[in-house]
Amino acid sequence: MSLATPATAAAPAPDAAVTARPSYRAPIAYAVVALVALLAMPLRTPEGDTRFRLSTDTDFAQIPTFAVPARPVVWVLVLLAVALAALAFLRTRAGRRTGMWLPVVFGVALLLAFLTFAGAGRSAVIPLTSVATGTLFLATPLIFGALSGVVCERVGIVNIAIEGQLLAGAFIAAVVGSLTASAYMGLVAAPVAGALVGLLLVFFAVRYQVNQIIVGVVLNVLVVGLTSFLFSTVLSEDPGTWNQRQALPVLPIPVLSQIPVIGPILFRQTLLVYLMYVIVIALQVYLFRSRWGLRLRAVGEHPKAADTVGIDVNRTRVRNTLLGSAVAGLGGAFFTVASGLAFGKEMTGGRGFIALAAMILGRWSPKGAVAAALLFGFADNLRTVLGTIGSSVPPQLLLMTPYIVTILAVAGFAGRVRAPAAEGIPYVK
Amino acid sequence: MSQPGTTPPAQPPVDEAAPGVPAADRPQDRRPTGDGVLREMLASSWLMTVCAIVLALLIGAVLIAAADPDVQRTAGYLFARPSDFFTALWQTVSGAYASLFQGAVFDWAASSPQRAIRPLTETLTISVPLILAGLGVGIGFRAGLFNIGAQGQITLGAILASWIGFTWDLPAGAHLLLAMVGAAVGGAVWASIAGVLKARTGAHEVIVTIMLNNIAVFLVLYLLTTSVFRSATPQVGRPVAETAMLPGLLGDAFRLHLGFPLALLAAVGVWWLMERSTLGFRFRAVGSNPHAARTAGISVPWVTVLVMAVAGALAGLAGGAQLLGTERNLTGAIAGSIGFDALTVALLGRSKPLGTVLAGLLFGAFAAGGRLMQTRTGTPIDIVLVLQSLIVLFIAAPPLVRAVFRLPAPGARRRSTVEAAA
Repeated sequence: MSLATPATAAAPAPDAAVTARPSYRAPIAYAVVALVALLAMPLRTPEGDTRFRLSTDTDFAQIPTFAVPARPVVWVLVLLAVALAALAFLRTRAGRRTGMWLPVVFGVALLLAFLTFAGAGRSAVIPLTSVATGTLFLATPLIFGALSGVVCERVGIVNIAIEGQLLAGAFIAAVVGSLTASAYMGLVAAPVAGALVGLLLVFFAVRYQVNQIIVGVVLNVLVVGLTSFLFSTVLSEDPGTWNQRQALPVLPIPVLSQIPVIGPILFRQTLLVYLMYVIVIALQVYLFRSRWGLRLRAVGEHPKAADTVGIDVNRTRVRNTLLGSAVAGLGGAFFTVASGLAFGKEMTGGRGFIALAAMILGRWSPKGAVAAALLFGFADNLRTVLGTIGSSVPPQLLLMTPYIVTILAVAGFAGRVRAPAAEGIPYVK
Repeated sequence: MSQPGTTPPAQPPVDEAAPGVPAADRPQDRRPTGDGVLREMLASSWLMTVCAIVLALLIGAVLIAAADPDVQRTAGYLFARPSDFFTALWQTVSGAYASLFQGAVFDWAASSPQRAIRPLTETLTISVPLILAGLGVGIGFRAGLFNIGAQGQITLGAILASWIGFTWDLPAGAHLLLAMVGAAVGGAVWASIAGVLKARTGAHEVIVTIMLNNIAVFLVLYLLTTSVFRSATPQVGRPVAETAMLPGLLGDAFRLHLGFPLALLAAVGVWWLMERSTLGFRFRAVGSNPHAARTAGISVPWVTVLVMAVAGALAGLAGGAQLLGTERNLTGAIAGSIGFDALTVALLGRSKPLGTVLAGLLFGAFAAGGRLMQTRTGTPIDIVLVLQSLIVLFIAAPPLVRAVFRLPAPGARRRSTVEAAA
């Protein structure tokens, strides 16, 4: 990560945490954010209540709308954040690492504080359930894209082409779904499209050792060009055949979907979202607990060592990049068949780059990527929520926050972020 | 991204010194490179460029033909009457490419001589921001920095140029000069954020610049809602004063403005900076081998910041030229896709000033010609994106192009990787 301590491909930098002084960057970042929240929110919260709703109309068990006194609740939540920042300082001084829970609790506390602040004294009710549902909905493609990034980068291939893979997946899902009049066929075809883009990526990056960032950037342009061209010609000439919208049905899971609050959020979804749960859990387990995962990570961290023990580095890279790209392609189905929309030009709108950010913020691990993607989905969803409750906070400034958070994260203000050591370096025997 | 310990091989193309190849595996071409060898390589790279363009146009032709209803229809009875199919094929492809040329260079079907040469001036106009931003991206490449942030830097340049353009009240020349300087400063500051973070914390410039691009998008959208920038039309900023506009070169009938000679001047300036100045030497030294550069007493972090600042200033100028030359009002889409096109321009131009100018002209021609092609033949302008990306892909992988055209591998050079990614 550091320009000041370069290391060659053959000898990755020694684990900095073992020798280096504890870094106070992360606690400082928490403290600054908590301080900003302390100055910005509690004192400016108007008198009155904020009203929340937890259940939807169709729930089995109805929970009545409840109101909380805005100002005390904001105070408590913000002070909790301040306390967590202080805890981060103490733990760092004691030389102990703070776990994943601290940033998560810190973030959730501030988000809830913000919602209470934004809704204080207003007549509108904040539908917490639909806030969560919207967050999960908008985070779905980000999660798929970030998981793709995790697999590809862990094996040592930089995948900037996530955007292109999502777009290709969305395109093929729409076309195949329309041709076969079946959303499920679209869902089957989407990963193939992603894998094809991944195939081009490894073809140039592994076979010809072209710089992976260049290939990724150019592939994004290529996919945008191809899909837009075909959209303007073939798809627009006969949308009835080629671009008829198909929607994946929502499949409520019998008992689970009746659980109050979390049931409607988690278990009243389409097949794509259930697949996402499976992929997240499978990757989290297999990446760190299986022979496949060990080999994959070895190739990404120290390919020469992996080669020495008989792992075919380039074959491992090709296969897993294809796998990762297929995951991103599947995520592309979100934009068309899972949302019940027809294909539109450049409909992924830069989500692939946000997925990339989520992967980094999640420190190259599946569960971290999910947490980061949910954060970004929430920020995206805030635009709608603030519109509903009529808040005066400029949405553009809120929409910037995920990107600012990511910059702070890569600059080391959110704990140690370290990429796989051999990432982006072609392996030549 | 974030390569721990940025190693030269992980870095993007730097000069002709075997980028993308780990030092230990570099081909044994360290033999004295006399002028002859250099010329030979240059010649072959020009041939490669031409071959890559031809190959991309061929693939584009296949796409255009495949998407054409006439071709599809005649293909249905290909074996009964093949001549129909080939006639339709020829007409579609030649029609599209002919109108692409007419829209980009010279329109022989135009009603007046003025209209006939207008396409060429359009090409030059569109190429102005591409060349400026491409020069900036190219400097980054040669210094081993992958600056994806041209998009954001252009936006910031345009924001500052427009603000100076409509708030200040100055005489004609001074106003324009100040607005352009403001644009350069805006881009430089925005890019320096990435440079400083890279130098101080090692945050990888690719990620930081991508994030800065997105922040710039929302920043401009936010500014357009503020009272300073807001105009009567929603989402459109106030128009720049006439005194700050780049004057047209050929009168009101053409859009070509003073920005074009300025872009050429900037290219000469960049050539001097990179090839003749000490600072440029430091840039290239860090790009070729940061370890060696540090050993030689060059401050690598400082150079990183400076490179980003210079690259950002050029991209900012591109934004300024776009706003003060053609757009006049700030909008959310002021940067268009210039920032990403600039990446491909710099790659195609092999990060050299002359190459960047030529690549900028080529892409300007594609953009200008694509518009006419879309209106005349109905072939969507999106095909231009396909052509651009294919050209860059092929240029990045010379062995592929050589294999397609059955060209011999040059000299004793082992494998392909020497020009790869260049």
